[in-house]
Amino acid sequence: MIEIENLTKQYGSATVVDRVSISVPRGSITVIVGTSGSGKSTLLRMINRLVEPTSGRVVINGIDTTTEPPHLLRRGIGYAIQGHGLFPHRTVAENIATVPRLLGWNGARIQGRVRELLNIFQLDPGAYAAKFPHQLSGGQQQRVGVARAFAAEPAVLLMDEPFGALDPIIRAKAQDDLRDIQRRFGTTIVLVTHDIDEAFRLGDRVAVMSQGRVLQYDRPAALLICPSDPFISRLTGTGDRAMKLLSLTTAGEAAEAGPAEGATVPASATLRDVLSDLLWSGAAVVTVIDAAGTPCGRLTLAGILAHGRPR
Amino acid sequence: MRTIWGGRHAIDRLGALLSLVGLAALITLPFVVFKANRIVPGSPRSLFLLFPLWEVLAFYGVLALVAATALRSVSARVRLAAALIGIAAVTLAIGAAGDVLTPLGNKVVRVSPGASFWVLLICLGLLATDAITRLRPGPAVRVLFLVLFAAVVGAVLASGLLDHLSVMREYDVNASRFAEEARQHVFLALGSVSAAVLIAVPLGILCHRVPRLRAGTLGALNLIQTIPSIALFGILMAPLGALAAAAPFVTDMGIRGIGAAPAVLALFLYSLLPVVANTIVGLGRVSPAAVDAARGMGLTNWQILTDIELILAFPVILTGIRIVLVQNIGLATVAALIGAGGFGVFVFQGINQTAIDLVLLGALPIVALGFSCAVLLDALVETINRTVR
Repeated sequence: MIEIENLTKQYGSATVVDRVSISVPRGSITVIVGTSGSGKSTLLRMINRLVEPTSGRVVINGIDTTTEPPHLLRRGIGYAIQGHGLFPHRTVAENIATVPRLLGWNGARIQGRVRELLNIFQLDPGAYAAKFPHQLSGGQQQRVGVARAFAAEPAVLLMDEPFGALDPIIRAKAQDDLRDIQRRFGTTIVLVTHDIDEAFRLGDRVAVMSQGRVLQYDRPAALLICPSDPFISRLTGTGDRAMKLLSLTTAGEAAEAGPAEGATVPASATLRDVLSDLLWSGAAVVTVIDAAGTPCGRLTLAGILAHGRPR
Repeated sequence: MRTIWGGRHAIDRLGALLSLVGLAALITLPFVVFKANRIVPGSPRSLFLLFPLWEVLAFYGVLALVAATALRSVSARVRLAAALIGIAAVTLAIGAAGDVLTPLGNKVVRVSPGASFWVLLICLGLLATDAITRLRPGPAVRVLFLVLFAAVVGAVLASGLLDHLSVMREYDVNASRFAEEARQHVFLALGSVSAAVLIAVPLGILCHRVPRLRAGTLGALNLIQTIPSIALFGILMAPLGALAAAAPFVTDMGIRGIGAAPAVLALFLYSLLPVVANTIVGLGRVSPAAVDAARGMGLTNWQILTDIELILAFPVILTGIRIVLVQNIGLATVAALIGAGGFGVFVFQGINQTAIDLVLLGALPIVALGFSCAVLLDALVETINRTVR
């Protein structure tokens, strides 16, 4: 649980972050989204005190962050940035081991953790542990950067545009993987991005920032259905907001009881994808199946369309 | 491959140029010069008067073959072998000329290599260097070449092959002082560079961290760099002399207005700019993302400096050290003028006595020393660059 209370940062007369108060629930992903210069990165960097606040405070799991020396505080918080920031003179394994080493883990534990993370991030330890960052592709470098942030099993992870330098296909995969790994470890993540689609894809909650203020901090669907400010509507776009809304609900969540009929779709598919399938095939109903392949309900065209309207 | 025209009759341009220059030098300039004693002007001697005809023709034949190889051959190995054979031939010829021209037991006459010897040696040296460059050897191989070359030069000098040449005559006379001045020269160059590294690297780090200091520091060091070396030695003599006169314990430490103290101090001052500037550039090139990630993961400022920044900047800093080491090996020559010793002693004594052989006795080791240091440190920089990327 991260409590951000009345946090303000001023440089001279310019107020970069202006009395921001948000609360990030344990084990959730909060995405801070805004245009460049909105103060989102400064807000993130005040959480691990890379930037010292002018006023206000940050409380992580009940402890005020100012009670600890900054470098010790940071060792307990994962940190991943755009352009990965890998150390070019250290191997992949050494990069990932950075924080565990600072924390004084023993060699066997570090080695085991590095292998585990490389496997989780789909990099064969035998092939990649001894490689240097420049020998990897951009997507692989980014995965190592994120793996490094997870290395010391932090309860809280801060990410600043972690996927900004990736091409769209690799980025979508990296986002899905992050979501899975976050669920697996139960990590509390605060992620900064300027990409509203990324915010909707990843965020349990999304904070929209403009000119140093948080305009709205809510679930993604709420930002679409009842935006508190015209800026938010401009950011989310109104042209395809129904489709965006559909993409926030999965087939499993929306499935209705009824006889199995028509083609099958996985429960993890979004309603947007199911609708697209129905339009393409001309069918009016599909059967939803869970991960084991067992039918768990059905979806009709009318049922899906109802999810695309504010209720 | 640099060629004038393609196909089977391709001619190598550098080879053509070097062959032409070498040929012109052989025709127009003396190969060997004879002097009745060390300070009278010499007179050239023709090789045809010194050796049997077939020996001279064989010598020219070898040079012609080397030139033909330089003109036509595309294989760098063959070109290198030809250049080395040429260097051996020229060296053997000049050594033999020394033996023939020196009457038995006579220590007064001087036999010097003439202008065409030096031109040929330079042309062959360039041919060899070009061939080595085309071979693209790694740093270890380059150091191996240097060691082999030094060993061969040492063996030739020790064999007595060149003992009747004027430079070796000067060496015989000055043998005991030669070793001493060699040590002193190395001490002046290495001592000043070591002291400069100890001061300049922290100064560079400070300038990197505090950008406001940068312009002022670099400006001041630039100003020092513009003072001519002889003037700087002179400028430092006065305050050091006054210091020594005022405080006897300073004199006890060996610091006086003349001698090694002002020389090392001046060389130290000249060394600061390249090392400070390269430290700033090296640290500036370190990826800001890596430093931000390091800080964000909880490395302390000291850990960021020693584990990340300095390691990544090291090749650039080492390049700065290489520049000042080679520079100071040259500049230390002038230090002989204020009594600091070193190879410059022979150079300036030779100039005063118009004994060009003595000048060479000082100048040739300086060139060899500077060249060796350049090769060694370049190899070191390249090796480190391969590990720190």
